[in-house]
Amino acid sequence: MILKGTNIKKYFPIRKGVFLQTAGYVKALEQVDFELNEHETLGVVGESGCGKTTLGRVITLIYSATKGHLAYTTPDHHTSHIDKTINKHDLKRYRRDMQMVFQDPFSSLDPRMTIGDILREPLDIHQIYPNRNERDEYIEYLLSRVGLYPEYAIRYPHEFSGGQRQRISIARAIALKPRAIVCDEPTSALDVSVQSQIINLLQELKEQERMAYFFISHDLDLVHHISDRIMVMYLGSVMEEGSAYEVFNHASHPYTRVLMKSIPHWDPKQRKLGSVHLKGEPPSPINPPKGCPFNTRCPKAYDRCAREMPTLKRLNNHHSVACWLYTD
Amino acid sequence: MSIIQVERLKSHFKTDEGIVKAVDDISFELRDNEILALVGESGCGKSVTVQTIMGLLKCPPAIIEGSIKYLGKELIGMSNKAYQRLRGKEIGMIFQEPMSAFDPLYTVGEQACEAVSVHSKLDKAGIRDKIIAMFNKVGIPEAESRYDEYPHQMSGGMLQRMLIAMTLACDPNVLIADEPTTALDVTIQAQVLNLMRDLQKEFNTSIIFITHDLGVVAELADRIHVMYAGKIVEKAQVVELFDRPKHPYTKGLLASRLKRDLKGQILPFIKGTVPRAFEFPKGCRFHPRCPHAMEICRQRDPEPVVFENGHSCSCWLYASNNNIDGVDKT
Repeated sequence: MILKGTNIKKYFPIRKGVFLQTAGYVKALEQVDFELNEHETLGVVGESGCGKTTLGRVITLIYSATKGHLAYTTPDHHTSHIDKTINKHDLKRYRRDMQMVFQDPFSSLDPRMTIGDILREPLDIHQIYPNRNERDEYIEYLLSRVGLYPEYAIRYPHEFSGGQRQRISIARAIALKPRAIVCDEPTSALDVSVQSQIINLLQELKEQERMAYFFISHDLDLVHHISDRIMVMYLGSVMEEGSAYEVFNHASHPYTRVLMKSIPHWDPKQRKLGSVHLKGEPPSPINPPKGCPFNTRCPKAYDRCAREMPTLKRLNNHHSVACWLYTD
Repeated sequence: MSIIQVERLKSHFKTDEGIVKAVDDISFELRDNEILALVGESGCGKSVTVQTIMGLLKCPPAIIEGSIKYLGKELIGMSNKAYQRLRGKEIGMIFQEPMSAFDPLYTVGEQACEAVSVHSKLDKAGIRDKIIAMFNKVGIPEAESRYDEYPHQMSGGMLQRMLIAMTLACDPNVLIADEPTTALDVTIQAQVLNLMRDLQKEFNTSIIFITHDLGVVAELADRIHVMYAGKIVEKAQVVELFDRPKHPYTKGLLASRLKRDLKGQILPFIKGTVPRAFEFPKGCRFHPRCPHAMEICRQRDPEPVVFENGHSCSCWLYASNNNIDGVDKT
């Protein structure tokens, strides 16, 4: 195992008035548990506002969790707790081992730095190649790894298309040979014909570098394609979790089923969106409903759902679901 | 019967980097009571096409040539006054970003009311009733009280429904929808697509639907026009296009779909990237990315070749030999 998160909670305070008093909280994450294993892709899927991006940012320490804790296991089976007491050396190591690729390739690269500068920065911080020639050679190697020409090192981000920029982001993420990369919707800003190229590249790098991915996306088909395990989130909670096969072929949570039905089918002879019957929209995370967060829209909700929040319950070794329909 | 007839339309823009041929010589028609989908990636000219139809482009910098006929009446060169009578009343439009289509300083009701009052003889109370009835029709809960709320109090899906309601309240003949569900979540997208299909049946509106998502097209469209780099490369009925795509670009788009049974395998893809608008290649604009490119593709632009069932495709692969006289075939 690489990373284990227990009871992760993240509340963002809403401040109002002259003295910026806390008027309430945006409850982005409510008690999320997850495990990320060696050389595994964990797909995180859900609609906007479900907390998937927040979770990715808690993992990469862009946000610090309000509650809960992250335990990181190094390859030599030493476990360190990623919290405020962590020492500098361990923290630096954690940051090196957990990299990130962001959604928007137009705002995630500094426009004033050349591609070479962008790739050099992490190497300098972690003092990987003290020898300049070796370092520049490695940068050229990185560029060719992601399908770009080494000569691009002297160019600036604005000279590249969205797909090429995302390749640069990927090169930056793999530069430090991380153990895991958090990919936050890495293809949703790209054209359809370019999307597949980036997905193929990510798959290839995963095999060759033996990395793990924490893959965040709203696109179910994509998550199914790339993931070993899948976590379905709704309003800050995990609704269903399991192997990609189980979650797709034996979808158990009513929310997962609705999500699956809502994907367009690409078959004009079998139009199926007419069969989706889901009322309303996700409630606000500032004022989430009591009990199961999905109970206000769930076609199978009963009185217990509005009272108590269900916890993840194991259906079998590869599949868990948080729903009162599955308690006996 | 055709409602809108577009002939050899060109929308070019003068920029510092040269002339951008955003839409270059396209012809198509919108028929009565149909949903026509314009499909393509960013920069293919699909949005510029409908902006030209709506008369939303400023000339200059835009240079517009060709003809757009709405029920036989020429729209190009029409005065702004005449256009104002057409927009909203005859041709309504829904935009991609519901959040930015509304003014944040006015209530949704005021804005809907303003749009309807331009074309309606009803008094204020009458318009209000009409809009609330439309809000109910598109499935807005508590429409009466929502009328007096501001855009920031709504979710994206709700605003998109209100936009649809407000557009349909003017009872237009044609509805142009520019990526209306791209900014929405899948479950909300399904609701909005269902709504559009139901309303189309009820009001007999003809719809031009713009999207890059072939999955959405398969659910909704009657006919599809595939655009690439300012040109329409293929036209077909929806089932025909999915079953028998002809153009290599269409084939590539359809092949890049993620299929469940090919999980984890290498995805087929179209090599290269979409060219930028001021550097479209010579000849067929798809040739640098095309797996079947021939010598002639680099030199001359293909003309559409017509097949049965109104299927047509602009590609040299389907051109008969006498069309390509005088060019080396290699």
